Amino acid sequence: MNSLMISAASDAVAENPLVPNGWEILVVAVGFAILMFIVVKFVVPMFEKTFAERTEAIEGGIAKAEKAQAEATEALNEYKQQLTDARAEANRIREEARAEGALILADLKDKAAAESARITEQAQVAIAAERQAAVVSLRAEVGSLATTLAGRIVGESLNDDERSTRVVDRFLADLEDQGTSKQSAGALQ
Amino acid sequence: MIALTLPAQDGGSFNPPGVNSHLAPLFTIGDFEFTKQMLLVLLSVALISWFFVAAARKGKLVPGKLQFAGEVGYNFVRNSVAKDVIGGKDFMKYVPLLFSLFFFILINNIYGAIPFIQLPSFSHVGGAYLLAALVYVIWIGAGLKVNGIRFLKLAVVPSGVPWYILPLVVPIEIISNFLVRPMTHSLRLFATMLAGHLIVLIAGSGIEFLIMQESALMKGASVLVLAGSVAMYMLEALIMVLQAYVFVLLTAIYIEGAVHADSH
Repeated sequence: MNSLMISAASDAVAENPLVPNGWEILVVAVGFAILMFIVVKFVVPMFEKTFAERTEAIEGGIAKAEKAQAEATEALNEYKQQLTDARAEANRIREEARAEGALILADLKDKAAAESARITEQAQVAIAAERQAAVVSLRAEVGSLATTLAGRIVGESLNDDERSTRVVDRFLADLEDQGTSKQSAGALQ
Repeated sequence: MIALTLPAQDGGSFNPPGVNSHLAPLFTIGDFEFTKQMLLVLLSVALISWFFVAAARKGKLVPGKLQFAGEVGYNFVRNSVAKDVIGGKDFMKYVPLLFSLFFFILINNIYGAIPFIQLPSFSHVGGAYLLAALVYVIWIGAGLKVNGIRFLKLAVVPSGVPWYILPLVVPIEIISNFLVRPMTHSLRLFATMLAGHLIVLIAGSGIEFLIMQESALMKGASVLVLAGSVAMYMLEALIMVLQAYVFVLLTAIYIEGAVHADSH
């Protein structure tokens, strides 16, 4: 080791360590300039680009996630709204159907009632007419039958038409009076 | 430097290596002597450039091992030094300088801890002067650019000092900021590196000298020197890293003081 050194003893003039060697300054200057150039031109821009991309990727990812979240919430709200709407719609339709059904039922009832009333009335009218017809027919037949019967019973004295008609009419009137009083008594009861 | 001389039994004496002990130049071109120190400086430039360009080039969002290592180194200077000290919007302007300074000094210092190289480049004062001068020019330039000519007043007249103390304070500020600062900045780096380098040299040659002695006691003493030199080696390794950090931290503090001279 010592043999490689130009030791202090062999040097006549002692160097002052604070006095720089100009060549050394030059070499350090050139070396540092090259290093600065490479750092400014390549190292720093490349690292900063990577950092910017990384920041963007992270922030972009967060933004994307937030957007997806917002979209999901929106979709959920929309579905909920649609569900509510659908329920309301179903209720409305049900109510309408029920109301319509009730209306139809009432209508039918009305119609049925009217129909039955009409039938009843017609029947009554028919009955009354038939009864009238029967009465008229009966009056005629009963009259003749009774006259015939009475004629047969009492003989020719009673063949005079005029008298017999008078007698029958009076008889029938009496009969009717009895019937009417009977009917009215029944009605009262 | 006064050579420390020990009498020895065989009549020879111990001539410790000193500041004038230099290796012979690798080659010379006329007046220019290309030395090992110069080779190491240029090698450091190649090493740092290669490593960080290789690490930064891929620029993957999810970094590999090499890129991650590069990013840790870069981010240390960018965030822990430039951003934390200078801060604000304009710290990015100084990141390349601080980054280059830190790794340039770090690698050149660590040479001192690598066996067979064992020569921290800044144990030669020239480089330290150059870097300190560069920083000196840059912080004054930055101060003038940001604050105009008013910077010279801001830099030497501290705010909040009563006027009657100013005649005392202003000369002190001028001396400390503009004269002493670049000297301490360069000499701190140079002196720690030279001292560390000398300790390694003295320990090495001391061990060699002691082993060559005939007395068993003297031979045995070499073990003590070896143990001590290992401890010193650890300390030196720490100082080598620490001085690179201190140099860059001070650079950032000077720049910050100049750029934000208004608020100081």
